[in-house]
Amino acid sequence: MISDGIEDEEKWLAEGIAGIQHNAFYMHRALDSNNLREALKYSAQLLSELRTSRLSPHKYYDLCKNSVPYLLCTVGSVYIKSKEAPAKDVLKDLVEMCRGVQHPLRGLFLRSYLAQVSRDKLPDIGSEYEGDGDTVNDAVEFVLQNFAEMNKLWVRMQNQGPIMVKDKLEKERNELRDLVGKNLHVLSQIEGVDLEMYKDTVLPRVLEQVVNCKDELAQYYLMDCIIQVFPDEYHLQTLEILLGACPQLQPTVDVKTVLSQLMERLSNYAASSPEVLPEFLQVEAFTKLSNAIGKVIAAQVDMPMVGAITLYVSLLTFTLRVHPDRLDYVDQVLGACVKKLSGKAKLEDSKATKQVVALLSAPLEKYSDIVTALTLSNYPRVMDHLDNGTNKVMAMVIIQSIMKNNTRVSTAEKVEVLFELIKGLIKDLDGTPTDELDEEDFKEEQNSVARLIHMLYNDDPEEMLKIICTVRMHIMTGGSTRLPFTIPPLVFSALKLVRRLQGQDGDVAGEEDPATPKKIFQLLNQTIESLSSVPSPELALRLYLQCAEVKLCGNSCQKAANDCDIEPVAYEFFTQAFVLYEEEVADSKAQVTAIHLIIGTLQKMNVFGVENRDTLTHKATGYSAKLLKKPDQCRAVYACSHLFWVDDQDGIKDGERVLLCLKRSLRIANAAQQMANVTRGSSGPVTLFVEILNKYLYFFEKGNPQITSAAIQGLVELIRTEMQNDSSTTDPASDAFFASTLRYIEFQKQKGGAMGEKYDPIKV
Amino acid sequence: LNCWSESFGICFYALQNYIIGAFKPACNISITFSDGKTRKQVPLKKENGQTAMVPLFQSQENIAGKISIEPVQGKKVEHNGIKVELLGQIEMYFDRGNFYDFTSLVRELDVPGEIYERKTYPFEFSTVEMPYETYNGVNVRLRYVLKVTISRGYAGSIVEYQDFMVRNYTPPPSINTSIKMEVGIEDCLHIEFEYNKSKYHLKDVIIGKIYFLLVRIKIKNMDLEIRRRESTGSGANTHVETETLAKFELMDGAPVRGESIPIRLFLSPYELTPTHRNINNKFSVKYYLNLVLVDEEDRRYFKQQEVTIYRLADTS
Repeated sequence: MISDGIEDEEKWLAEGIAGIQHNAFYMHRALDSNNLREALKYSAQLLSELRTSRLSPHKYYDLCKNSVPYLLCTVGSVYIKSKEAPAKDVLKDLVEMCRGVQHPLRGLFLRSYLAQVSRDKLPDIGSEYEGDGDTVNDAVEFVLQNFAEMNKLWVRMQNQGPIMVKDKLEKERNELRDLVGKNLHVLSQIEGVDLEMYKDTVLPRVLEQVVNCKDELAQYYLMDCIIQVFPDEYHLQTLEILLGACPQLQPTVDVKTVLSQLMERLSNYAASSPEVLPEFLQVEAFTKLSNAIGKVIAAQVDMPMVGAITLYVSLLTFTLRVHPDRLDYVDQVLGACVKKLSGKAKLEDSKATKQVVALLSAPLEKYSDIVTALTLSNYPRVMDHLDNGTNKVMAMVIIQSIMKNNTRVSTAEKVEVLFELIKGLIKDLDGTPTDELDEEDFKEEQNSVARLIHMLYNDDPEEMLKIICTVRMHIMTGGSTRLPFTIPPLVFSALKLVRRLQGQDGDVAGEEDPATPKKIFQLLNQTIESLSSVPSPELALRLYLQCAEVKLCGNSCQKAANDCDIEPVAYEFFTQAFVLYEEEVADSKAQVTAIHLIIGTLQKMNVFGVENRDTLTHKATGYSAKLLKKPDQCRAVYACSHLFWVDDQDGIKDGERVLLCLKRSLRIANAAQQMANVTRGSSGPVTLFVEILNKYLYFFEKGNPQITSAAIQGLVELIRTEMQNDSSTTDPASDAFFASTLRYIEFQKQKGGAMGEKYDPIKV
Repeated sequence: LNCWSESFGICFYALQNYIIGAFKPACNISITFSDGKTRKQVPLKKENGQTAMVPLFQSQENIAGKISIEPVQGKKVEHNGIKVELLGQIEMYFDRGNFYDFTSLVRELDVPGEIYERKTYPFEFSTVEMPYETYNGVNVRLRYVLKVTISRGYAGSIVEYQDFMVRNYTPPPSINTSIKMEVGIEDCLHIEFEYNKSKYHLKDVIIGKIYFLLVRIKIKNMDLEIRRRESTGSGANTHVETETLAKFELMDGAPVRGESIPIRLFLSPYELTPTHRNINNKFSVKYYLNLVLVDEEDRRYFKQQEVTIYRLADTS
């Protein structure tokens, strides 16, 4: 039965069209021969073909298309004939008489046809039908009434037929909606509908119909239709009325889309010309929209969170586009959102979360200056409602925004707010399942935080110090996994400040509570100390050394008054470094690296008095000789030689101890060779010797009297012997190294001059 | 020429031809009205279904004219007197051919004698009382006729008839209330209907509305019918005939509660007569508006209301 349906429908349609054409032919013939009675008879028969209930809207429309010209013939001619009667009476009558067709589908098409044929005959302003008591009011009244009736019919369609075909009916209804909407379009086209009339008559009447029909599909479509067909200016001036209808709609109506579209249109309107902006202010568009949204959310109890938040996003977008200068508005929107979110647990709904992110991202994009967002008191409160993961994502967005726009965050206060916002990255929030963290993500996050720290800057040292303290306070809560990432940038930032202070030649000395380097160093000391407990001793050690080194650089410029403070602080840093070395750095490789760092740093230090320097140097050489592997020992020891020879004007130049170090390293190298012979049956490569030879050459050139050409000559011989030794392993790299060292000596000799003379005795 | 024999009824024309062919009438009789050229002519449906144009009168008018009698060439007409009668007659179809005269007026035109050549007699009935209108119904007709009789002895009388029509006009009624009624089937269908008047003239428009108070059935459509109820005879012999003269669709499709459907029915296209109440104790003609609702199972729900139809004088 059902499978035959379409075929039958085709058949009925064909029959219908044939019947109409037949009758139309005879009707025309009768009209041509002025036989009105016959003409009417055929037209009546023709119209009776339209009475079928068997066709779906599509087919029915096809049928109408075929007969509409004839309907036009009859109704239209009657109409024109009665132009002697006032148009308004005819219109009123027509719209009234159409009530006789209560069959929804047939009624809709009939009325839609009526709307169509009457369109150019409305007594609009400037129309030939205007006047003689026919006013635009009559035109509006006519269309409104037709609209109301059509809407009723349309809504009623839904209740026709059995439940089974409900979906099909919905679909059919959807296809017919434009018939109803056409009336609104006609209304919008009537010249005489000015703002006043729209406000007093058209809109209230249309809305009344919309609200009262209590039909989801109709309400959504019609609201959307109103928004789309009438001018933006009208919407702006009638916001209150239009918005007033929203909370009265059925709870299932997608009000958020409706409102979003309205706001979008209004913001486009605002963007179209700056002259309209005062209007927005005048009608308090924001307040009204904001209130309406509040009411809609309150009215639609079942609205999911995502819906409410989407509304706020729309409102926020509107605000940002229309009132970019009104941060209070933005904050208000966020505040409303917080209110809605409060009392609820953290958001679980991923869609809602997405919307919140959109909500929070909008101001960032708009202002491209995080500092603006930082003044929004409700911003962090909204963030609090995000789940931890999203909170982090949002924090990343904020950081990226800062990076992208190269924003300087320049007061401690703002830094405080900022860190409050990104606290998801700064510390473990309650209940974070730490094992879920992806290591790479975590690194990326923390690196971002590190980069962010560099963006916090103020030219005023006082404020800068405050910033540093604030940052420190926050990052110290980060726990062992974060500190290695976050402390270094802080330390460097602080050191940068120190350098700046030092560059100021002590202008700050007279101030009450100045940001002195000393204070900063104390701070740094404490900060780095926390790293060693993390434990991240190598890092801490490097930072200590870094601090100590800064100390050194500044020294030359520092006023004498401060000088007395420097040595102890620097000494303290070194002490800390050594303590770490002793107590925390257990890995032999790490030890090697650490000791070289210590040596390197210490070599450059010139603030120490003889005593302190001796102590530190002693320690360094001592540790060097105690490294586990012989080659490491050897290298560390010859590196120590530099501690006694600083190639500066005032630098220490203790040739004797240099030589001692080098000799000692030679001994160690020798021991290493022998050990290799014993354990592996072959001695190691001569690399160590060549390296030591290079040290010799260095100090020889620098004029260390203890390093003689004879010693060099001896060393060269030694290496040659070692290389010829059967048991020695040949290593192309060390051979090449040695060969180029020799070439260097040769080169120096041939260069002539003082250096050439110096090298002359050496025979290679 | 309106020569016809009253006794042959529906076969009149055939017989007339026969008579003309067989016995040539001795003379021609013609009846003319004095204002015949200016008086309004209206169509009158005759028994054979053809219509003829006849003059129109109303009660209390003078009916005057001339009757001319012209013997056939070269013949004389011998007679016992000539008279003209104005008759108002009611004929019941179950008793066809038997006329009941409710009005009968006579004028003697000539004393017994002979007519050799064309002779013209003026006649006049002044201020004739014609209380009833001409009516052609299903089972009854009421007619007015002028009857000229040339009385002859053995040869039989020569009779000639001239029909005319009577219509009487009524002023608009001073009281004409609307018809308003609430009807329904309990818990199923409640409607309230309203017709703007209870008395309509023949070219009137019925305006009204139907208001649906409760709709629990699926209505397919709603029609308004105009029905004529003609009752003839009296007592046990009463014969009632009902015709539906108009069937006008008021509504297509199913209304919902609260819907109000307008009525606008023009009466002029339909062949109505005024309401006749108890005409000479012979018959009555009454009109009813019948509101019919049909549901999807083709069940009919209806309510019939009498309305009075009257004839309003043409103002044009």
